[in-house]
Amino acid sequence: MNVSSPTSSQKPDSPEKTAAAASQANTITVLRPQHGLAALNLGDLWKYRELIYFMTLRDIQVRYKQTLLGAAWAVLQPVLQMVVFSMLFGGIAKISSDGLPYPLFNFAALLPWGLFSRAISDAGRSLVSNRNMITKIYFPRAVIPLASVLSGLVDFLIAFVVLACLLVYYHFMPGSNFKFVFSPALLALPLLLLLTLVTAMGVSLWFAAMNVIYRDVGYILPFITQLWFFITPVVYSSSEVTGNLRLLYMLNPMTGVVEGFRWALLGTAFSAGNWLIVSVVISVLVLASGWVYFRQMERRFADEI
Amino acid sequence: MSNKNTAQIAIRVENLGKSFKIGAAVSTQAASKYVSGYRTLRDDLADGLRRFRSGFSKDRQAEQAASTQFWALRGVSFDIQRGQVVGIVGRNGAGKSTLLKILSRVSDPTEGRAEIHGRVGALLEVGTGFHPELTGRENVFLNGAILGMRRTEIQRKFDEIVEFAEVAQFVDTPVKRYSSGMYLRLAFAVAAHLEPEILVVDEVLAVGDAEFQRKCIGKMSDVAQQGRTVLFVSHNMSAILRLTEETIVLERGKLAFRAPTNQAVDYYMSSGMAETADRKWLPEEIPASAAPFTPLALRVRDPHGLVVDSFRSLDPIQVEFEYRLDEPLTGLRTGIYLQTRMGEFVFTSFDTDSPEAFDKFSTRPAGIYRSHCTIPANLLNEGSFVLGVNASVYRIKRYFEDDKALSFNVDATGAPGKHWVEKRLGPLRPALDWQIERLD
Repeated sequence: MNVSSPTSSQKPDSPEKTAAAASQANTITVLRPQHGLAALNLGDLWKYRELIYFMTLRDIQVRYKQTLLGAAWAVLQPVLQMVVFSMLFGGIAKISSDGLPYPLFNFAALLPWGLFSRAISDAGRSLVSNRNMITKIYFPRAVIPLASVLSGLVDFLIAFVVLACLLVYYHFMPGSNFKFVFSPALLALPLLLLLTLVTAMGVSLWFAAMNVIYRDVGYILPFITQLWFFITPVVYSSSEVTGNLRLLYMLNPMTGVVEGFRWALLGTAFSAGNWLIVSVVISVLVLASGWVYFRQMERRFADEI
Repeated sequence: MSNKNTAQIAIRVENLGKSFKIGAAVSTQAASKYVSGYRTLRDDLADGLRRFRSGFSKDRQAEQAASTQFWALRGVSFDIQRGQVVGIVGRNGAGKSTLLKILSRVSDPTEGRAEIHGRVGALLEVGTGFHPELTGRENVFLNGAILGMRRTEIQRKFDEIVEFAEVAQFVDTPVKRYSSGMYLRLAFAVAAHLEPEILVVDEVLAVGDAEFQRKCIGKMSDVAQQGRTVLFVSHNMSAILRLTEETIVLERGKLAFRAPTNQAVDYYMSSGMAETADRKWLPEEIPASAAPFTPLALRVRDPHGLVVDSFRSLDPIQVEFEYRLDEPLTGLRTGIYLQTRMGEFVFTSFDTDSPEAFDKFSTRPAGIYRSHCTIPANLLNEGSFVLGVNASVYRIKRYFEDDKALSFNVDATGAPGKHWVEKRLGPLRPALDWQIERLD
């Protein structure tokens, strides 16, 4: 759709009419068949920023409704995961944790990973689960997956508080080999968080749009998330990956993010640091291509969902 | 066109068309439990293979494309001036919803163009985006934002909205605890306080009780009187007559007629007279959502069992509705609406109205059925009547509805009081058992 505002084709012939015309028809929307590449139309998304806010708020408010434990799930989910991984990989498999307490090593990675995996699985299905809105009213469709991704931030922040408690605990625990240091690296956290969101949004745009046309995506998504989990150093250290594979491995933006979180919070070596620029480039490419694909498919959503 | 005229136009539609692939539509209509409407990767791969085998012949592809395309709307052109209130009527599948979806930017046209001058508020459904877990207050803000209102605008109108909806004391209760009436009132109230230059409304009045409908119509006529442009789609002819000045009649995706409303309604209610008395439905007139219900035929017969379209007021009319169920349905009721040609409802009646039938047919197995009844003699006044059908499960789902399925004429020859030639008012002309007693 092309929206031109204010219109240039209107030349009211008297000043009185100018005011009248401006009040009733200051925008002309032209609806016509869309061929070729869709316009990127980011301005429309900005115009609907309040909707993004309310949709995010809705997703947050609804998330733990009708559950017995409510928002406690935001704490329990990552903590339980961390406990299981610590027993399996730290305790039984004795996987190297770069000399850190395994729970801490693992939890610092679970933060961004949890945000990411949750975002892509929620956002991937978001368009289909909001189909009644899509067939009934116009708004930029990207608002829906965007709100899904953003609503995960609340869980992230809650888990972050848990992590802070863990940091304090291991710092003061007698005999602990971990000492927390305030380093300037902490300032990189918001940027790493942004990188996580950008990657999650890019992947979500692809999956959400594809899911409208091919519901197969709903079935493939859990496998993809699982596979992605194992090619990201969440339960192990990326220093375990060596040789030619390593190059390929570093192409995964989440590797850089997870490594970066450990580096900033736990003071581990940031072997992926040199590669971070590659991570950034890749996630921006995923986001940009996701946006183009989404815009391209958007015109078919209402008819095919 | 001079600049002055351009400035007064609110909506200009030129040669607008929208087509769907029939393949997709057919699969939705056949929708058994396993065949759903959406495509899977497998379908596309299979299609690709088929196309590959057929050798990519251009002619063949074009031929295939033409045969698998269904035009829901085609070649529609009209202008609507600023401040006009225009109705759109048409049977199921005539393209009304498609037109509204294009004008409200929900879906793109396939050909032609439309120009919208000003901010559009589209009400294709009340309560879009309402979430049952959220409170009334939260839903008002969310729904307002979805409809395109600013937060400050919603804040300003919040009290007014809540007052209009009469839910003030429940405003912080999750809407899942609302009665359906409260829910609808709140949903409509938000929409009613939208202040677009152009309001596009679809069938919202089809929901809710009579009181609520009155309120909605009242609000709509307020909007109309404020000089805003309104495009109003409805099956409710009395609402169309009351609210709109001009009406557009759509037939099979084309603009069939446009005239001042009473003429247009008259045209609409009497159009299709030729195919009356024995009505069958084309596949594209049956929406996908009707499955597993398929209407087969609706007929009216005279006392001799002949299918005719004229009756005498003093004869009974046999009505029969045949349909097929592809799956068993529980709680199904099929029935008829009788309307006058001006769209006033005369009565509604369902085949399971009697408690015995209701119990006996609580679940209907798959199969072909005929529900039939008799409209008693000496009931209808002279004039044209329109018979509609409905197949639904109360409060669960409306499978099929065509409130204008066929029409027939009633001739009052020999009816009570016919020795006076005057026209009698009202749709009914019952033979009442008058007694005259002398009291002095």
